[in-house]
Amino acid sequence: MVLLPVTDPLSRPFAASGRSTLAALGSVGQAAALFAGSVRALRDIGTWGPLLLPQMARVGVASVPIALFIATFTGIVMSLQASYTLTGTIPLYFVGTMVGKTMILELGPVLTGLILAGRVGANISAELGTMRVTEQVDALETLAYDPVSYLVVPRTLAGIFMFPFVVLLAVATGIASGWLTALQLLDMSSAEFVKGLRLFFEPWDVWFAVIKSVSFGAVVTGIGCFCGLQTEHGAEGVGRSATRTVVTSSMIILCLDAFWAAVLL
Amino acid sequence: MSIRLGGLRKSFGTKEVLRGFTLTVEEGETAAIVGPSGCGKSVLLKHLVGLLRPDAGTVVVDGTAVPGLRGKELAALRRKIGYVFQFAALFDSMTVAANIAMGLRRLRGWDRNRIAERVAECLGLVDLNGMGGRYPAELSGGQRKRAGLARAIAASPKYLLYDEPTTGLDPVMTSAIDRLVLKMRDELGVTALVVTHDMTSAFRVADRITLLHEGKARFTGSPAEVRTAGDDVLRGFVEGDPALYYGLRGGRNDGA
Ligand SMILES: Nc1ncnc2c1ncn2[C@@H]1O[C@H](COP(=O)(O)OP(=O)(O)O)[C@@H](O)[C@H]1O
Ligand SMILES: [Mg+2]
Repeated sequence: MVLLPVTDPLSRPFAASGRSTLAALGSVGQAAALFAGSVRALRDIGTWGPLLLPQMARVGVASVPIALFIATFTGIVMSLQASYTLTGTIPLYFVGTMVGKTMILELGPVLTGLILAGRVGANISAELGTMRVTEQVDALETLAYDPVSYLVVPRTLAGIFMFPFVVLLAVATGIASGWLTALQLLDMSSAEFVKGLRLFFEPWDVWFAVIKSVSFGAVVTGIGCFCGLQTEHGAEGVGRSATRTVVTSSMIILCLDAFWAAVLL
Repeated sequence: MSIRLGGLRKSFGTKEVLRGFTLTVEEGETAAIVGPSGCGKSVLLKHLVGLLRPDAGTVVVDGTAVPGLRGKELAALRRKIGYVFQFAALFDSMTVAANIAMGLRRLRGWDRNRIAERVAECLGLVDLNGMGGRYPAELSGGQRKRAGLARAIAASPKYLLYDEPTTGLDPVMTSAIDRLVLKMRDELGVTALVVTHDMTSAFRVADRITLLHEGKARFTGSPAEVRTAGDDVLRGFVEGDPALYYGLRGGRNDGA
């Protein structure tokens, strides 16, 4: 990249923004290359196959407690806020509708996605970043392993397979906690809550949540691997990569969320 | 077969690290490249296994041009090369034995038993008998370096690249590692390139010593020739005299 030196103070901000735009485009290019490499590495099942289950346990099973914790409180709050909002002529069983719809369509996938960006994404990024700066990634290569097959593919596949599982558990938990809240605090009967829950329920909603969580899983783990492998400059760089992973994947999750709503609903 | 580097150039941004480095290591020979920290020794070694690509120049190992290789061909070449990393670069999520087995698991015809036997054999070679079950974090610096060496030699490579194998070790451990380097040459006939800033060690192990200075091979010769050479920069480095090394008469204490 050759950029002419800019000395004129008025054009300096433009030059700076030009440089950061070029850097961002460069990252997009490198991320696309990693993606292409990962697709190619899928054939190398002998390398990533044995690593998939441990990664699925780490990405998925270990994330369940935090996801359920968030979902429980979201369900309680949704239930209380729905009853507060639905006053006057709107029947109370709509509380069930609102808890169900919002948990399945939006809060289950997105809140879980964001929390896993912090838990899983930062973890992967710090792990691969440490491997990069301590030359363990180079060592893998000299032992004739492809780091993409060995490190990136099992983690990304684990994200793709396990995020929907964690999200569906979170959705179920959120609805259950909303239901219990309705029974205990809102003087609703189970029959009323279930009536509301079923009122506008579409099986397609669940598929929508699954599609979203698959994409979030790919984004969080993929960006974690990408930032981790790009780490430079020791411990400080590892920290920077973890931050970059959480910020970037959270932003992409929110953009994707809007994208899927526009495309699929 | 041998290692041939010709006119090797490599820059990072505006920083020129290698500026036309040329060197040949003949089959069965152990060559040393010496130079101060930060002069580009590790960068040089990484070109030999395709971890870095040169900006210009040729890198030929075992008769193949390394920079052009990709995928399977590159992996095939890497199986012939053992790389001993400066800080060992052991996989810290695995035991020492699993580290040593990593390269072997990729090879055809190696079942569990054969791998276990070879791992035990390599542990014995580097004097780490019984340490296979430990994790890298549980080893001392010297043990870690030897474990890294064991991993590099496990698949019986034809070439061995050592990145500062003795830096930071006590004199006893240094001479133990040096003996291992010589043993690899004498018993296994490997072609080796040792990168170091430890002259004592270079004199002990090398058939030929090259001084890497300002990105080029400043001087190449046998240990005897290095001892008697008249080149100021070389003498400055060997004797640890900054005034000679930096070409200053007045002396200088703030060297890099
Ligand atoms: N990946 C890299 N990016 C930028 N600069 C690098 C990189 N690798 C090495 N360098 C620079 O190249 C020079 C030589 O480094 P190195 O080969 O590690 O020195 P040494 O001789 O101590 O092994 C150093 O100044 C280092 O900062
Ligand atoms: Mg070095």
